[in-house]
Amino acid sequence: MQEITKLTIAEALQGLKNKNFTAVELTEAYLKNMAQGKKYNAYITECADVALAQAKIADQNYAVGKARALEGIPLGIKDLFCTKNIRTTAASHILDNFVPPYESTVTQHLLDDGVVFLGKLNLDEFAMGGSNETSYFGPVINPWSKDKLLVPGGSSGGSAAAVAAHLCAGSTGTDTGGSIREPAAFCGVTGIKPTYGRCSRYGIVAFASSLDQAGPIAQDVRDCAVLLNSMAGFDEKDSTSCNLPVPDYTSFLEQDIKGLVIGLPKEYRPNGLNTEIAAYWDKAAEMLKARGAIIKEISLPHTKYALATYYVLAPAEASSNLARYDGIRYGYRAKAEGEHLDELYIRTRTEGFGKEVKRRIMIGTYVLSAGYYDAYYLKAQKMRRLIRDDFMEAFKQCDIILTPTSPITAFPIGDESMLQNPINMYLNDVFTVSVNLAGLPAMSLPIGLAQNGLPLGMQLIGKPFDEGTIFKTAAAIEADAKFERI
Amino acid sequence: MAIDNETVKRVAFLSRLRVENDKVDATKEEFNKILTWIEELNEVNTDNVEALISVNDLSLRTRPDEVTAGHCRTEILKNAPAAEYDYFAVPKVVE
Amino acid sequence: MAEYIITTDKGQWEVVVGLEIHCQIISQSKIFSGASTEFGDEPNTNVSFIDAGMPGMLPVLNQECVHQAVKTGLGLNAKINKYSEFSRKNYFYADMPTDYQITQFRYPIVGEGKVDIDLSDGTTKTIGIERMHIEQDAGKSIHDLSPTKSYIDLNRAGVGLMEIVTKPDFRAPEEAGAFLRKLRSILRYLGTCDGNMDEGSMRCDVNVSVRPYGSDELRTRCEMKNVNSVKFVMQAIENEAKRHIEVYENGGIIEQETRQFDPTTGLTKVMRKKEFAHDYRYFPEPDLPPLILSDEYINSVRNEMIELPDAKKQRFIETLGLTPYDAMVLCENKETADFFEQATAGHDAKKVANWMMGDFFAMLNKKRLDITQSPISAENLGALVELISKDVISGKIAKDVFEIMAQTGENPEKIVEERGLKQVTDTGAIESIIDAVIAANQDNVAAYKNGKTNLAGWFVGQVIKQSQGKANPAIVNKIVREKLDS
Repeated sequence: MQEITKLTIAEALQGLKNKNFTAVELTEAYLKNMAQGKKYNAYITECADVALAQAKIADQNYAVGKARALEGIPLGIKDLFCTKNIRTTAASHILDNFVPPYESTVTQHLLDDGVVFLGKLNLDEFAMGGSNETSYFGPVINPWSKDKLLVPGGSSGGSAAAVAAHLCAGSTGTDTGGSIREPAAFCGVTGIKPTYGRCSRYGIVAFASSLDQAGPIAQDVRDCAVLLNSMAGFDEKDSTSCNLPVPDYTSFLEQDIKGLVIGLPKEYRPNGLNTEIAAYWDKAAEMLKARGAIIKEISLPHTKYALATYYVLAPAEASSNLARYDGIRYGYRAKAEGEHLDELYIRTRTEGFGKEVKRRIMIGTYVLSAGYYDAYYLKAQKMRRLIRDDFMEAFKQCDIILTPTSPITAFPIGDESMLQNPINMYLNDVFTVSVNLAGLPAMSLPIGLAQNGLPLGMQLIGKPFDEGTIFKTAAAIEADAKFERI
Repeated sequence: MAIDNETVKRVAFLSRLRVENDKVDATKEEFNKILTWIEELNEVNTDNVEALISVNDLSLRTRPDEVTAGHCRTEILKNAPAAEYDYFAVPKVVE
Repeated sequence: MAEYIITTDKGQWEVVVGLEIHCQIISQSKIFSGASTEFGDEPNTNVSFIDAGMPGMLPVLNQECVHQAVKTGLGLNAKINKYSEFSRKNYFYADMPTDYQITQFRYPIVGEGKVDIDLSDGTTKTIGIERMHIEQDAGKSIHDLSPTKSYIDLNRAGVGLMEIVTKPDFRAPEEAGAFLRKLRSILRYLGTCDGNMDEGSMRCDVNVSVRPYGSDELRTRCEMKNVNSVKFVMQAIENEAKRHIEVYENGGIIEQETRQFDPTTGLTKVMRKKEFAHDYRYFPEPDLPPLILSDEYINSVRNEMIELPDAKKQRFIETLGLTPYDAMVLCENKETADFFEQATAGHDAKKVANWMMGDFFAMLNKKRLDITQSPISAENLGALVELISKDVISGKIAKDVFEIMAQTGENPEKIVEERGLKQVTDTGAIESIIDAVIAANQDNVAAYKNGKTNLAGWFVGQVIKQSQGKANPAIVNKIVREKLDS
C-alpha cells in the first residue's frame, strides 16, 4: 500500500497545500492501490484518465494559489450517482451500458470543489440489499476478511470497502434504509446519512424517493464533515431539497459535549442482543458520560414496526421508480424483442434485473395494487408517522440518540440463512431503517473490534438538520475509542 | 391475506416481469412469508393517524415559466437501444 | 329543452352522459421541466432529460401551470383547493417515458363547480363539474413510417394538462355539444387553453349509459376515448346510446369497457375489456411535496379574472338591449365580443349587432377570415352604422359602402365623401327628378290614375335610380304620391 494513501482527507489537503506531494502523485498512489486491490471488486468502472486530468488541473490550481476546498482529493463515487460521460450502472445489467449526459448535483458540488474521480463504486443492484451480493458485477469483498470472504455490508459496499482498503480517500454513498451506515460499520469506517432534504437527489438513480439520501463515507469523523460541507446544500432541481443554510460541519468537531443529553432507546436492547455489541454500546455511553454528557433512557415505542413499514414503502416506491427501465430509451434491451411491446418490456426486465430487485418490484407492485393499497401502503404511511412522532417525542428529552449500527458484524459471502430467507437479510437493518422513515440524520462510526476481529459500529441519530451535534458527539467517541483502521 | 398463483401471475404482469411456471409456487410461498411478516403492522391501531406524505412537512416549491432545457436530441437519443429518423424505435405498437 | 327520449317499439329510454376533457395548458415550458411546449418542432427537440425519464431526473412544478389551473377553476365557478397532491399513475406505455404519469388523484387542485349551457330552444341548463386536476401529457407514437416499428417522439411528453371531469348531468347529445362549446369559450377567454380539438389541445372522453325513461338508476357505462370534435362527441353519444338500447332490448347486458369512436363510420368499437383494465396503483408522488395555495394567492388570481361569456352576455342583454340569441353569439369568443364592444362605442348597439350578425359575419365566412383578420375595423363598422342613423346614407347605399369597406378597408366617411354617396334630402332637387320622371312616363301616370295605384312604387324606384340611389326613399315616396294624386 502506498504510504500517502493512509492520510485522511484533512491530512492530504495539508500535504498538498504544503507541496509535500502533488495531486497527480496522490492520484497515482490511489490508482496503484486500486490495481493491487482488484480482489475487493470495489470498483465497477475505473476512470484513471479522467482522474489524472483532474489531478493535473488541481496541481495547476495549487501552483497559482487558487486551490478549492477539496482540490486534488481522489474520491470514489457510488455507481448510483449519474456522472456526465462516465458510465453509471446502478450495479444492474439493465443499465450496464448507460452513459449519462448529465452530472448529479452532489457530484457536481464535489467537482466544483476540485475533487478527482477515481471511478464508480460497486453496490447492491439499485441499492437494494444489505451485503453487496446483489450486484450484477459480483460481490465486494470486505477488506477485514481473513480466512472466509466476508461481505462489506450494503448497499454502499464498494464505498465502504474502498475507503477501508485505501482505494480512495473518501467516497459517496446513498442511504435508503442503512446503506451508508451498515457498510461503514462492517468495514470499520465512518459514514453519515444527513437529514432527508440536506443533499440533493437530482441525478442519483432513485430507489425509494422518500427515503433516499446521499452522504459521505470516509476514514474519520472530520473527513465526513469536510466531504459533507461540499455535498450538502439546497438544490432547486430537487423539490424535496430543503432551503436551509449549511453550517461548516468541521466547526463542531472541537465543541464540548458537556451537558448534552444522550438518549439510549430501550427498544434497541431486545432480548438476545449480542452481548458484545451491548457492551460496546454501554462503553460508548460511558465515554460520553465521562466528558460530562448526561445519559438518559428513552423510548421509541414503534421501533418494532419500522422494518415491516420500510419493507412496504421502499418496494412500493421502487416498483414505480424502476418502471422506466423498459428497454426503450436507454439501457439494456432484450436481444429477442418479441412481437409486442409488452413482450419487449417483459423480456428486457426479466433479463435485465436481478433476483432481489425483481422480488422488491413485485412486492411493491402488490402492496399498491387495487384492493391492497389501504391494507399495506396506507397502513405503512400511517406507521411512518407514528415512528417519526416517536423520535420527535424523544427529542423533547434528549439532544441526540446513541445506538449500535447493526445487530451483527460482517458475515460470510453466500451465507445460507440470508440467501434462503430474505427476511433474515432484512432484519440486519433493524437499527437503521427508522432513521430513514423519520428523515433524520445519523452517523455510524467504528467503536472497536468484536472477538471475531471484526469492526463494530455505533450510530448517532440527530434532530432534523442538526448534523452538527452528531459531529461533535462522534468526534468525542472517536477520540476515546481510538479505533485502529487497516 | 395469503396470495395465490393467479395473483403472482397478475403482479408479475403488472410489473412486466416473467415468473416461469415452475417458479410460481416458490414465489407465492416467499411472498406469503414476507406479507405475513409485514402484517404484524396490524397490531397497531392507526385509525386516527394521518398518513405521512412529506417527512419534512414541506410544501411544494414552483419554478418560473421559462424555457431552460431541450434541444439536446443527440444526448437524449445517445443511449437508446434503437433510434431511427431521430425517434426512439420500438416493435410496432398495436393499439 | 325538449327532452331527448329514444323511443323504440319496446319502450322509452334516456341517455346519461359524463365528459372528461383533457385541455393542454398554455405555458412557455412544460409542467415539470424547462423544455418548450412549442407544437410542431422537429422530433425529440423539445425534450429535457426529465421529459425523457432519464435515471435520477426529478420533476419541478411550473408555477404558470398552477396559475392557469386556478384561473380555469375560477372560470368554472369551482372551489379552489388550498391543499392538493400529486400522485403517480403507474402503467407501461411507450409514450410515457417514466412508465408512470404524474397526475393528481385523491386531492385535485380544483373541486366542484358548475357551468351554464345555452340550448337551442333558448333555455339554459347547469352542468356540474366534479373536479379538475393537473397532470403531464404523454409523447406520441408514429405508426406509419415503418410496417414493423413504431417511432416515439417525446416533444409533447410533459406538456401540462388540465383534466376536467363533469358530473353525469348530460341527457342529450346537444347538451354535451353545447357544453364543449361553452367550455372552449371559457378557456379561450381565460387564455388557459387554445381549445383546438382538431389539433388535440383539447381532447374528450365520453362516458355513456342509458336507462329506461323516468328511472333514476345508473347502468353500466362505456367510455369512448379521445373523441376529437364536438360533432363526433354528439354522434358518439347518439350511436352508443342506440347500441346500449339494442343490447338491453335483446336481453343482453352491457359490459364496462373502453371503446374507440370511428369518425368514418360514426360507430364505436371495443378497445379494452374490463378484465384488461389497468391497475394504476396510484400513490402520492414522493418527488413532489403537497401543493399548498394561500388565500392571498387565490384572491390575487381572482382579482385578475376578466369578464367571462356568461357575465358579458348578461350585460349585453341588460344594458345594451340585445336579444339573448345575439348576445350569446357575440359572446361566444372573446375576440368577437371585444370587436362588438369597440364597434358599438358611442353608436346604436342593436344596429351594430344586426350588422355583425348579418352582413359582417357573412363577409367573414365568405372570405374565410377570422374576426381578428377582418378587413373592416370595429371603429369603421361603428362609423357606418352611425352614417345610417344620422340619415347621411340610406340602408341600401350602406350595403354598397360595406362592400367597398370589405374590399379596401377604408373608413365609410371617406368612401361616402369621395364617391358622393350622401343621401339627397333636398326636396327641391328630388322634386325636379320626379317631375322629369313623370313627364317621361305619361302612359304610366294615366294607368295609375285609372286605378293601377301600385305603380307608385315603380315611380319611386325610377326616381331613386335616377338619383343613383342617393335620394331619401321616404321623401321620394311622399312627393311621388302627392304629385300622382294631384
